[in-house]
Amino acid sequence: MATITSDNHGLRLAVRYAVLVLIAVIFIFPLVFMLISSLKPDAQLLADTSSLKAFLPVGDISFNNYSAAFKRAPVGLFILNSVIVTGVTVVLSLIVCSSAAFVFVFVNWQGRDLILTIILATLIVPFETIAIPLLLISSKLPWIGLDGLTWGWLNSYHVQIIPFVADGLTIYLFVQYFKDLPGELIEAARVEGASWFAIYRRIVMPLAGPVLATAAILKFLAMYNQYLWPLMVVQEEGYRPVMVGLQYFFQLNVVWGEVMAYLSLITLPVLAFYLYLQKAFIASIASTGVKG
Amino acid sequence: MAAITLKGLKKSYGTAHVIKGVDIDIDDGEFVVFVGPSGCGKSTLLRMIAGLEDITSGELTISGRVVNDLPPKDRGVAMVFQSYAIFPHMTVRENVAFGLTIAGASKAEKEEKVGEAARILQMEHLLDRRPSQLSGGQRQRVAIGRAIVRKPQVFLFDEPLSNLDAALRMDMRLEIGKLHQQLGATMIYVTHDQVEAMTLADKIVVLKDGLVQQIGSPMELYHNPANLFVAGFLGSPSMNFLDVDVKGVNGQKILVSNAALDPVEITAKTTGYTVGGKAKLGVRPQYLTPVESGGMLHGSVALTERLGAETVVELTMKDGNRLIAALARDAVFPIGAELGLTFDPAQTHIFAL
Ligand SMILES: Nc1ncnc2c1ncn2[C@@H]1O[C@H](COP(=O)(O)OP(=O)(O)OP(=O)(O)O)[C@@H](O)[C@H]1O
Ligand SMILES: [Mg+2]
Repeated sequence: MATITSDNHGLRLAVRYAVLVLIAVIFIFPLVFMLISSLKPDAQLLADTSSLKAFLPVGDISFNNYSAAFKRAPVGLFILNSVIVTGVTVVLSLIVCSSAAFVFVFVNWQGRDLILTIILATLIVPFETIAIPLLLISSKLPWIGLDGLTWGWLNSYHVQIIPFVADGLTIYLFVQYFKDLPGELIEAARVEGASWFAIYRRIVMPLAGPVLATAAILKFLAMYNQYLWPLMVVQEEGYRPVMVGLQYFFQLNVVWGEVMAYLSLITLPVLAFYLYLQKAFIASIASTGVKG
Repeated sequence: MAAITLKGLKKSYGTAHVIKGVDIDIDDGEFVVFVGPSGCGKSTLLRMIAGLEDITSGELTISGRVVNDLPPKDRGVAMVFQSYAIFPHMTVRENVAFGLTIAGASKAEKEEKVGEAARILQMEHLLDRRPSQLSGGQRQRVAIGRAIVRKPQVFLFDEPLSNLDAALRMDMRLEIGKLHQQLGATMIYVTHDQVEAMTLADKIVVLKDGLVQQIGSPMELYHNPANLFVAGFLGSPSMNFLDVDVKGVNGQKILVSNAALDPVEITAKTTGYTVGGKAKLGVRPQYLTPVESGGMLHGSVALTERLGAETVVELTMKDGNRLIAALARDAVFPIGAELGLTFDPAQTHIFAL
């Protein structure tokens, strides 16, 4: 029988940390490589790749690549575009998909199971197969904006947002989570006089912290990495997102340092988002008191 | 005011018929207890009254108004669940005030009413805690507090005490009884527990397989059970049933006996007995008295349980059946000893088969 003494407890802790450090290092090295390389001129960058120097800020270090990147492409604009599109989509998607899941799980209505099945079936349809029909539809849809009624959604933020607000995976995540909430909580709220909306807002959503975080991360990553769709629907530079912007660095002469500088810059919003979410996630667990 | 009537109420889940036509009249301010074996439909019936379960057919009225199609919030009921169902992300104060918040009450009004409910339930010191910091009994108080704060006309309880230990259960039982007197509201209470049913109820409804077996005051049901099921269900230890042969019928007077029972004349409440037929004779263990010699029932001691104030004796009868006698004193009976028992024929119940 294994006993826990203070020695082998310490040893186990050491092993555990060693493994965690190893995993962290594996994940962090590409990032370090990207950051370090963005500071080096191409000649040194390519020479260093054959040694450990690739991960060290040695030699000819400068921010020249960054200023060059800003000259080559409107980096700030691309990041802003991506942040707007991703941010709005994530927020709308959390609201829309959680509401849909709420209605599927808690409200009793005819045809509910059939419709949920159809929505879940869309999970197996790859985006590439619907991209062309979606493009044809979006190019003809009406829109009421600042300049009145216009036809066709191309070259805009909303064409990049609306098709991705509702999706099967996010709805599925919420449905699974809601099904595990104790049904009597919802029933108690109903008896206490709460409307469906009040139950959604005051009971279900405050308890949904963990699934909100999961859905937000998945949606954020998918949206921030959008490439094919914006390439199809956005021809004007003004609405272009970061991934499409990467093309600017592969036209004419390719400078790897500039590519790395650009990648480092567009990674910043992702990091900021993760840090924010980590805090929010912990806060939500602490406040709901959901215990294992 | 808040009288409730159930008329021909039915509930099916697809082809499963769970409630098969239930009629109950509940007066304003009455304390009604639903009892019955597990799965008989007590919770379902309660949830139908609350509006949490659709009514397949029949009519449900509260205060003279048909409420079949009203959502729970428009029925003027409050419910206390077995699992308490208090909201984990709110403090006790927010939990108790929930119904008022939903109704848009002012801060001052909430403060006053929550304070009053907390006083009644003696939980003023708990108001700022979170549910995870409460014991089971305290959680149940919060659930009851949330129910009483809106002053509803009807309270529904679904086995509210079954998750508590015996001592706390008794405290809370007394408190619920007190609460009923204080509030004067109509209360419907579902339980497995006979003691809760007998002590709290003005009226007990015994259910089995989705049908009402009998409705009446606790003592009515105890002394005049309408059928074998009710007779066997209420009382502890439960009633003995002797298989007897009908030897003579003279109007209401039935002469019965069997291998272990000397012929005895019983007054039946119903007719339908024929000489040579079979019947069941019910005798409560408490009404059986051991005698030194003679006696009307004959058997041998198989087991005794001495509880101090009470002694429960299990006998094997001459006809091979089992019989339980409960004496209200401490006594010793050697196992295997022959024992004769007497009883008062007026305290028995005969059921035709
Ligand atoms: N959603 C459902 N679908 C099908 N059958 C159901 C459903 N809900 C309940 N039942 C059935 O209805 C019957 C009555 O259930 P109910 O919960 O009312 O019993 P109960 O008397 O409260 O039992 P217990 O004392 O164990 O709580 C049970 O046989 C149960 O299996
Ligand atoms: Mg039940």
